Amino acid sequence: MAVNFVRPSIPKLAADPWAIQFDAQGHLKHLLTIEGLGPTWITRILDTAENFMSVTDREIKKVPLLRGRTVVNLFFESSTRTRTTFELAAKRLSADVLNINLSTSATTKGESLLDTLRNIEAMQADMFVVRHDQSGAAHFIARHVAPHVSVLNAGDGWHAHPTQALLDAFTIRRIKGDFAPLRIAIVGDVKHSRVARSQIHAFNSLNVGELRVIGPRTLIPNDIEPMGVRVFHDMRQGLKDVDVIIMLRLQRERMEGGLLPTEQEFYRLYGLTEEKLRWAKPDAIVMHPGPANRGVEIESRVADGPQSVILEQVSNGIGVRMAVMALCMSAES
Amino acid sequence: MTSSAEIKPVDQLIDTCFSELKQAVDQGKLSNPLMVGIHSGGVWVAEALHQRMNLTEPLGKLNITFYRDDFDTLGLHPQVSPSYLPADIDGRNIILVDDVLYTGRTIRAAMNELFDYGRPARIWLVVLFERDGRELPIAADTVGQRVHLAADRQIHVDGPDPLSARIVTREENA
Repeated sequence: MAVNFVRPSIPKLAADPWAIQFDAQGHLKHLLTIEGLGPTWITRILDTAENFMSVTDREIKKVPLLRGRTVVNLFFESSTRTRTTFELAAKRLSADVLNINLSTSATTKGESLLDTLRNIEAMQADMFVVRHDQSGAAHFIARHVAPHVSVLNAGDGWHAHPTQALLDAFTIRRIKGDFAPLRIAIVGDVKHSRVARSQIHAFNSLNVGELRVIGPRTLIPNDIEPMGVRVFHDMRQGLKDVDVIIMLRLQRERMEGGLLPTEQEFYRLYGLTEEKLRWAKPDAIVMHPGPANRGVEIESRVADGPQSVILEQVSNGIGVRMAVMALCMSAES
Repeated sequence: MTSSAEIKPVDQLIDTCFSELKQAVDQGKLSNPLMVGIHSGGVWVAEALHQRMNLTEPLGKLNITFYRDDFDTLGLHPQVSPSYLPADIDGRNIILVDDVLYTGRTIRAAMNELFDYGRPARIWLVVLFERDGRELPIAADTVGQRVHLAADRQIHVDGPDPLSARIVTREENA
């Protein structure tokens, strides 16, 4: 008996897979990944953020730009810092904010992601800020939302965390100025880090002088050199002449067994202590996307020390997220 | 209709504004004023006036991008020039400076922004040019020159150095 298979047509990848981030006029509409933004849009976001930073210094820390708009924080994975800074950013733009923690809500009751989306859309949302443990979740949502809705990726799986990379670039620019003469080292668990991936794209786009990753072989992806980075497995060599040190969080929850002997061993080799910090330039700054595992990837005295800009990163995150929200919401629907 | 030939030289208009402001200060209407210019033309005019008036406090600058009422239609086009006020404005006499007063919407946005910094005692508006076309009940206290212009004409101020002005058609200015 002849069987007629019904084969779904496989959609071809668009020539530019990042084109979905822009509207028909070429204006930024969704922020899903750093790829495709190019130096022009990255610089525009950083410049806009610079303007928003002054809002924080005054009596009423609010501008009326997004009055009447609704921003929905859709967090399928827990987060404190990222969610609260997105929330504060939206509130400082006068938008209404809804926080939906889906890891404990509808999805555990069996509702599909699309059903959840449709329901929230029916509440007249204008922007979704999405965090999900699956890579590509924000792209999926951007493809399926109503035309007037913007989607911001607040971290998807191992893939991307674009606003974190932008706030890091912003922090570096505020302290060091031009990117061209800088040596930046990203240290630790690069393999499981969406932050590192987005940082590498951003720093390459901004023409950073030299970009390094430092870590054990098991935590550095094999195919990373073509992304424009130098790989080091030794901290002393890797930190030599470095202007910016970015420590990554050891992604214990994402790690399958066997990649590390022990955390103590990792700390001994790669944990940033005051002693290892002296291997970098004397005016090197220390960054961390948070939350930091003290005594695992960074020593407390370094995290709280004079070269640390970890808390500045948090404050800058608000200005950068305000900029991304305002720019995306001013796109054509 | 006024042609560009009828626009007075900017230097002369700055002189006019300066004399009127000085008189207001001398009469006690504007004690210890804080001068604030609106980006970008207003800042250029304010710089010239600030220097003439010998004010000791630095000039304040307002970038009203985030307060405009046309965000929905025009989107966001921020300049890299954050707002800056050198002092607390609570209870102060503010001299707010812009280059051209037209619809009044820029001044409304600037006043809204000022009130997010504090509550000034009074705001005294100085403009180099005042033209017809007001859409809001806003008037200037000190005016360099009043110009009647058709709706398709605009006053374009170039600066900062040298500061000059000309009348252009709307298309030329776009």
